[in-house]
Amino acid sequence: MKASFRLRAAMLSAFLFAALLGIWQLGTTPRHAPQAAAVMTAEEAEYAALMGLPTTGQAAAHKNDGFPTPSQFAAHALEHLRDPFYDNGPNDKGIGIQLAHSLMRVGLGYLLAMAVAIPLGFVIGMSPLLHKALDPFIQVLKPISPLAWMPIALYTIKDSSVSGIFVIFICSIWPMLINTAFGVANVRRDWLNVARTLEVSPLRKAFEVILPAAAPTIITGMRISMGIAWLVIVAAEMLIGGTGIGYFVWNEWNNLSLANVIFAVLVIGVVGMALDLMFAQLQKKVTYAE
Amino acid sequence: MRDENLYRPYAADSKLGGCSCGQHGSQHEHDAAAAAARARRGEAAETLSADFVEAAAVKALFPHDATRRRFLQAVGAQAAVAAIASVMPISDLQAMALDKVGPLEKKDLKIGFIPINCATPLIMADPMGFYKEQGLNVTLSKTAGWALVRDQMLNRELDASHFLAPMPLAISMGLGSAAQPMRVATIQNVNGQAITLAMKHKDNRDPKNWKGFKFAIPFEFSMHNFLLRYYLAEHGLDPDRDVQLRVTPPAEMIANLRAGNIDGFLGPDPFNQRAVYDQIGFIHILSKDIWNGHPCCSFGVAQGFIEQNPNSFAALYRAILNAAASARKRENRAEIAKAIAAPNYLNQPETVILQALSGRFADGLGNVRNEPERADFDPMPWYSMATWMLTQMKRWGYVKGEVDYKALAEQVFLLTDARARMKELGQDIPAEAAASGYRKFSIMGREFDPAKAKAYADSFAIKHEQA
Repeated sequence: MKASFRLRAAMLSAFLFAALLGIWQLGTTPRHAPQAAAVMTAEEAEYAALMGLPTTGQAAAHKNDGFPTPSQFAAHALEHLRDPFYDNGPNDKGIGIQLAHSLMRVGLGYLLAMAVAIPLGFVIGMSPLLHKALDPFIQVLKPISPLAWMPIALYTIKDSSVSGIFVIFICSIWPMLINTAFGVANVRRDWLNVARTLEVSPLRKAFEVILPAAAPTIITGMRISMGIAWLVIVAAEMLIGGTGIGYFVWNEWNNLSLANVIFAVLVIGVVGMALDLMFAQLQKKVTYAE
Repeated sequence: MRDENLYRPYAADSKLGGCSCGQHGSQHEHDAAAAAARARRGEAAETLSADFVEAAAVKALFPHDATRRRFLQAVGAQAAVAAIASVMPISDLQAMALDKVGPLEKKDLKIGFIPINCATPLIMADPMGFYKEQGLNVTLSKTAGWALVRDQMLNRELDASHFLAPMPLAISMGLGSAAQPMRVATIQNVNGQAITLAMKHKDNRDPKNWKGFKFAIPFEFSMHNFLLRYYLAEHGLDPDRDVQLRVTPPAEMIANLRAGNIDGFLGPDPFNQRAVYDQIGFIHILSKDIWNGHPCCSFGVAQGFIEQNPNSFAALYRAILNAAASARKRENRAEIAKAIAAPNYLNQPETVILQALSGRFADGLGNVRNEPERADFDPMPWYSMATWMLTQMKRWGYVKGEVDYKALAEQVFLLTDARARMKELGQDIPAEAAASGYRKFSIMGREFDPAKAKAYADSFAIKHEQA
């Protein structure tokens, strides 16, 4: 029963994927096949050549306009995947190098956010007074978009790549902070009471009672934060340029190459999913069946 | 007479009372002091270079040493120095040699650019080796937008950058940013823009019917903005009331034109040509038809960079001027298009770039047009160009109060430096540039006299001045 359910779901997924490809192919196939050009005057032929259109006696030139067909897209994707680590100077690097830059920035910003959010969340969760006092700040800062932080960061930090990391930090800090505080504040009363009767030291109470009890909530916060950090990096890198997957998208957009942009979008999605799965595994490890 | 006196006072060739200069006790002491002075001179790179140039120049004049000696004996050293200086500009030669020899304070430079044709000299200098030739190791950093170029220049993350020509003026005045003295070393390109309209307007070419149009421009402080405003106002439209101007990056201009969000744009190449190539727009007019020879982008540095790195700045200057001179030659344009089309630089189809550079292009309406002046690379940063930009900033209310046109133009545009460097490289300098740095020009038939900038700014019927 369970196996057949899984099989049915997989089949449905495959069907949806095929349908998607079919719609894509139908939507992007040129309506009129490029006509074998009739006899052209010299001027017409030159005009066609300048427009990147086929001229007399020439096969349709490869021109990169509008939405790509699935096969065009596959060709572009293969080209990128075949050599993901090439390096042709500062503004043209392979997709692998770009991803590495992005992951490094996300990692740094995220670790910084973790280092601040989890201890702070712990303190806020333990103290209702602090919770009440800091709440307005958190609520105001939480919804600010990375794009709004960027000019402020650039102006004050005076370094674009550090600004990028700062923006990741400031945007991914909030879910972790809120979830940690929530998790800590909602540890079951009876467990705390047991700790009190046993007269454990506050430090021991924090690490051996509260932390394990709040861990699933904390990990949930970390998981949401990682999702946000990965969302933010593309926007940040599109603004600061230089390297990274966001820069790659911007650069290909500048070239008006939709096939490459779509490829980048898919890569971003796949990497985001991989990061999320990592946290899902972690979450399983710290959750106890009651 | 007996010649037995030890000091031979009666001999004509003897030196009584010490050395030949009279400041030392004996000839021996004099020689020792002179040798020590020479050794000291050798320690300083500057004097060493100057002495070497002088010796080489004299040697070039007298290839045979015997002739030189006979000449010196005949006229005396003092007169010889004067005579040689009169036929050979030795001090100029020394200064020039020093410029090249002087150690570069900073060899690794980071230069920003926006991927458009206007950056041609600055970009091509990398693949074509103009930076290397001057001993510079330049990293070209493709930057995502003009606001970021401004911020990274203010941060000193970039050493030098591609600017829109009015930007250094605006930054120096603190318009739209903190004020920091920014300088225009050269104009990157002249002409090279166009008004591109969506295909649906191909039968609506009269600007008088454009009320309600939405246009994109790349940045507020840009020639694109000023030229479009000027063009519309000359046709009786108020650019602030009758149409909408939106600041939009070039690639987005194309996307918006395709989507029908804008009716047209005055943008940089190759994006005008790209709109044609992608069959979504046509070229209405080239910007050279508004003002032939107008500046577009510039190459600039912060004043602080010049002060801290005078030799590196001079080397950078020479590299850019050489690149500009090479880009001016039409026969090089195909090669240049090929070099800068690469993904590392403009990341555009080569044919699109070449059409914009060579001026032989498809206009989007079925014609092949031939406009060799569509783009040019005259690096001279005329003061009068700066003055005109300031009049337009004043006209449209970007600056308040009185503007000291002359002081600002001469502070920000480094015409004197450009002139000196161009002379040194043997490039031609127009007579007016050598004399005053100002010249008159005509924009859509209306003459602009930089000496009467205030009157010019006041003379427009459509304007939005702020007191």
